[in-house]
Amino acid sequence: MIIPLAETATETNVGEQAVFWVCATLAVAGALGMILSRKAVHSALWIALTMINLAILYVANSAPFLGMVQIIVYTGAVMMLFLFVLMVVGVDASDSLIETIKGQRIASILLAVGFAILLVWGVGSALTEVSPVGVTAANDEYGGNVQGIAHVIFIQYLIVFELTSALLITAAMGAMVLAHRDRWKALLSQRELSIERFRSGGHPGNLPTPGVFARHNAVDTPALLPDGGISELSVPAPVRVRGDERPLDRVDIDEVRQISEGETDLPEGRQS
Amino acid sequence: MNPANYVLLSAVLFSIGAVGVLVRRNAIVVFMSVELMLNAANLAFVAFARMNGNLDGQTVAFFVMVVAAAEVVVGLAIIVTIFRTRRSASIDEPNLLKY
Repeated sequence: MIIPLAETATETNVGEQAVFWVCATLAVAGALGMILSRKAVHSALWIALTMINLAILYVANSAPFLGMVQIIVYTGAVMMLFLFVLMVVGVDASDSLIETIKGQRIASILLAVGFAILLVWGVGSALTEVSPVGVTAANDEYGGNVQGIAHVIFIQYLIVFELTSALLITAAMGAMVLAHRDRWKALLSQRELSIERFRSGGHPGNLPTPGVFARHNAVDTPALLPDGGISELSVPAPVRVRGDERPLDRVDIDEVRQISEGETDLPEGRQS
Repeated sequence: MNPANYVLLSAVLFSIGAVGVLVRRNAIVVFMSVELMLNAANLAFVAFARMNGNLDGQTVAFFVMVVAAAEVVVGLAIIVTIFRTRRSASIDEPNLLKY
């Protein structure tokens, strides 16, 4: 098969041990990073690391099909879905660190550590005497891992497999129903929007563009009025609020005044 | 190295996922922790398949992945719906059913 790691049934070879320890460390690091990082996007990236390492471990366990499915379905589809939803919900939706229930964090960590000790101790002591059979023979029975799984799925678990199709289509329908948003009022037509814009007073057209033409084109340069003053409306509001407006050059004001007074002989080198 | 180590790794990952579900309050991170627990269970299934020498464990892990994919789709849609109405993805926020 792809990687002949699990050739021997009872004892794993050195290559698999190396793969296990590297991938197990990375998987646990990814899991810890997921629960410890405050931003949800970082959590998503950490758990993607865990899932990729688990895929490698599946392949090391003579389950190349599951390894590929893990990468395609989990890291490919599920995690990307998570990232899309994060995009909708807001990337900076980070947790607040205030505990709503007093002592909940400590209690839950103690609980989980106790659970882990119980599980590792129980499973570890129960599995010491077990001699693993190895799945190589089962894989080779029908010519490969994929063929073997196909044999199990499409003969032994055929009804279950058919039921999963019903489950998937129901889930897709449910997601569509949940994500659908009803429109509360009719969409305004272009004519109605235009009437609304003129009724409300204000500035019906485009705002004056920033910058003195042919000299500056940055948005922080206000437009000049014919009297030499500046048009406040021409600078975008965020720039105006921050106070980042560029002060005007005396030369610009003079030049605009000259043009507005009909003088055609502009100063040296300033001919448009 | 005994292949039982895979089961121990899966136990550790499951516990970390449990901590995440209990401690974190961003609904999406809680959901990721649930996914981690499902993945840990899958790893245990694959390791057990290897110990027992048949492919049933791998098949069950495959079905778990299918169910998890369906669950993720519906769960994320619910989170998006709650976010639309409450403007928050925190699991402390939905308190309509509180007496």
